[in-house]
Amino acid sequence: MSSNNNSEHNDQHGEGHIAEVHHPSYGVNVLVWIGLLSLTSITVAVAGINLGSLALTVALLIALVKSMFVVNFFMHVKFDNKIIKLFIGVCMIIFIVVLILTFFDLTFRY
Amino acid sequence: MSQTNENTQPDYHVVHIHRDDFGSKMGLWLFLFTEILLFGGLFILYAAYRFIYPDGFAAAASELDVLLGAVNTVILLTSSLTVVLGIVALQKNNKKLSLFFLWVTVICGLLFLVNKYFEWGAKFHHGIYPKGPALQEMSEGETMYFGLYYVMTGLHALHIVVGLIFIGVVMWQIKKDVLTSTNFQRMENAGLYWHLVDIIWIFLFPLLYLIH
Repeated sequence: MSSNNNSEHNDQHGEGHIAEVHHPSYGVNVLVWIGLLSLTSITVAVAGINLGSLALTVALLIALVKSMFVVNFFMHVKFDNKIIKLFIGVCMIIFIVVLILTFFDLTFRY
Repeated sequence: MSQTNENTQPDYHVVHIHRDDFGSKMGLWLFLFTEILLFGGLFILYAAYRFIYPDGFAAAASELDVLLGAVNTVILLTSSLTVVLGIVALQKNNKKLSLFFLWVTVICGLLFLVNKYFEWGAKFHHGIYPKGPALQEMSEGETMYFGLYYVMTGLHALHIVVGLIFIGVVMWQIKKDVLTSTNFQRMENAGLYWHLVDIIWIFLFPLLYLIH
């Protein structure tokens, strides 16, 4: 769309947007991978401690942080067009709304 | 816009490649959202039954091998990394390195499936399968847990197989120079799909294996 990688000649003719990369690099991705592995070991370690009702929250929070890393760096959303972020947001809102509605039903029924 | 095709002015900078990388990426993302809602439905089902049967779920989850689950998590995270590195290598015009990284991904994916095979095999061996002797003696909550366990990990494993086929096609096209350092969107799409499968596992692992 309006991202900086389609130069004028592309716009004039209404052709497709051909992707170009600016600085592909290995390093960042390896760092993200190390981060993901550390978070995995934290999840496993934390599961051994008896946190009671907090355990599920902590496990889900760590999973959420991990997926944010994957989405932003591995899936490149951090550097991508904003429309994709918007789409992900809408998708998550639909999911959460359905989840909440389900739990309204559950809590009133049981 | 169609008149531009008959443009008589010689302008050799205009490239009329019928290719839309952004559209291609967008299409794949839209597909990923349907996948998220497919697995999302199962996660909601899981949440609801875990809410109703907290004890049954905890008891059933203790049957699972946390180590095997953790190993599979590491395998999938590594395979996601190698897909990304493969894309970077192709963008840097290093075809051989790119194919090497993708081979590592494929091997990781296969290892994941082998682990799953042994995991499911052990469950079957203990009589935990539909109408299995052990499963029939379990409480309602445990039965629900194992139903969801098989459906969710099974559907996920199916996605691994599809992802491996997708990556295999991409590897073939890299080999044949169909995909190059200036035309890599299909490879990125294969990567996006693979990462989604990874993300689903990131949630499946704590939810199925780490309940106390």
